[in-house]
Amino acid sequence: MTSAPRRTRSRVWEAKRKAANGTMWIVACTATVAAVIPLVVILYYVAAHGLPALNIAFFTQLPKPPGETGGGMANAIVGTLVLVGLASAIGLPIGILGGVYLAEFGNNRFGWGVRFAADVLAGVPSIVIGILVWVIVVVPMHSFSALAGGVALGIMMIPTVMRTTEELVRLVPLSQREAALSLGATQWRTVFKVVLLAAKGGIITGVLLAVARIAGETAPLLLTTLGNSFWSTRLDRPIASLPLQIFQYAISPWDDWHAKAWAASLLLVLLITVLSIAARYVTRGRLRAVR
Amino acid sequence: MLDTAVMQHAETTAGADHPIKIAIAGLDFFYGRFQALRNVSLNVCERQITAFIGPSGCGKSTFLRALNRMNDVIEGARTQGRVLLDGEDIYAPDVDVVALRRRVGMVFQRPNPFPMSIFDNVAFGPRIHGFARGAELEDLVERSLTRAALWDEVKDILRQSAFSLSGGQQQRLCIARVLAVDPEVVLMDEPCSALDPISTLRIEELMNELKENYTIVIVTHNMQQAARVSHVTGFFLHGELIELGPSAKMFTQPDDKRTEDYITGRFG
Repeated sequence: MTSAPRRTRSRVWEAKRKAANGTMWIVACTATVAAVIPLVVILYYVAAHGLPALNIAFFTQLPKPPGETGGGMANAIVGTLVLVGLASAIGLPIGILGGVYLAEFGNNRFGWGVRFAADVLAGVPSIVIGILVWVIVVVPMHSFSALAGGVALGIMMIPTVMRTTEELVRLVPLSQREAALSLGATQWRTVFKVVLLAAKGGIITGVLLAVARIAGETAPLLLTTLGNSFWSTRLDRPIASLPLQIFQYAISPWDDWHAKAWAASLLLVLLITVLSIAARYVTRGRLRAVR
Repeated sequence: MLDTAVMQHAETTAGADHPIKIAIAGLDFFYGRFQALRNVSLNVCERQITAFIGPSGCGKSTFLRALNRMNDVIEGARTQGRVLLDGEDIYAPDVDVVALRRRVGMVFQRPNPFPMSIFDNVAFGPRIHGFARGAELEDLVERSLTRAALWDEVKDILRQSAFSLSGGQQQRLCIARVLAVDPEVVLMDEPCSALDPISTLRIEELMNELKENYTIVIVTHNMQQAARVSHVTGFFLHGELIELGPSAKMFTQPDDKRTEDYITGRFG
């Protein structure tokens, strides 16, 4: 029978195929687990060390002088909120309007250049942005300040927000624009009342992710806000922030400060997790609405 | 020959009841180098339904979009010739396109409601033009939805998303949205091609009612639809208007051999 050897060969081949399939499945699973391990470990350590130090005083009190136990990080929590607010006030209008421009009018050499610049800016190390802001804001003002920190973080937000906005504005179907234009809407009304509304969910997601990213930035703040052990919400003065406080406390010699650094880390991680979940949630809503 | 056809048509249909609303003379249209319309001349009469048929790519949609300058949006588009709305050239340099589009509204092939509530969709036009607010706006929205034969179905769900409606309802919502800015002319670009037969029937009934107050120009793939709803039908082929005449005549004894071939299904 001629089919006998062929059948044998195919059985061997089949076994090899199954083995290859199984091996690849295991490799892929291992890689996936390996990718998740760091996150799990971080969450575990931060929670294990941070939770004990996370109490009411942590949220309500100011830092105690070096070496003394007790106190909290109220100033750093507020400082981070102030910095994120400032950065958003600078980064969101520029990012969103720039993105709209790129999507609606950016099919020219200038648009191409801006797009390229944004992509490069997204890759610039944050410490370099810190140095830049130190030169253009801190030096002329003769002082480290919350404002300088806001500018640095705002600059960091621009490329993400701009490119996300552009992509999502481009995704809005032409039929939506046509509908608005045919009703006698001007181009800017079409963009702001219809196109941006249609792209809203995705843009909010991009904004939340950009905020999550800058909320934990440390390097540019070293050179711009300096940090502050006291209560300050003045924009022209140094201001405290969670990442900087973590940095200072972590390299200090006192156990109590180490515990507080863990607690602050936990708070930052929670903040960023909440932002990420919110971003997911908003996106989900958008997809559901469009169907 | 075309001119005589237009003249005949003008004599037979234009009168005291149905004066000429839009007069198109020698209209050429180019997408870059491609000429999509060739020397189109015809009259559209007031408070009548004028339908245009023809195979895909024959220029009928382009022609429709030329009537409210929606082609302006397309890069590399160029228009020559004259389109007179109530005797005024809409392609004159001093024409305000926004004002023009308020007078000449458009319904598209696929329902394209905005991602807003049903109410806000209809209120969009009045709001941007600032001619109604508060209770007045609510009245206007109700009137528009009633005229579009949608009010009874949506009066309790005005705050819901427009996407929650069916395709046919969405298309009637789009018609209501156009009516809310009180246009004189309504252009319809294959308004039923994405709808099921029942929704199509409803839109056709609606067109019949609307013609009492509006001038309607419709482009359709569906010849039965053109025969059912329109007073006048024009046949486009390769960017040219081959023939234009009363619909009853067009679908029974067209003058041009090409029209006959198309209508009897020999091509297209």
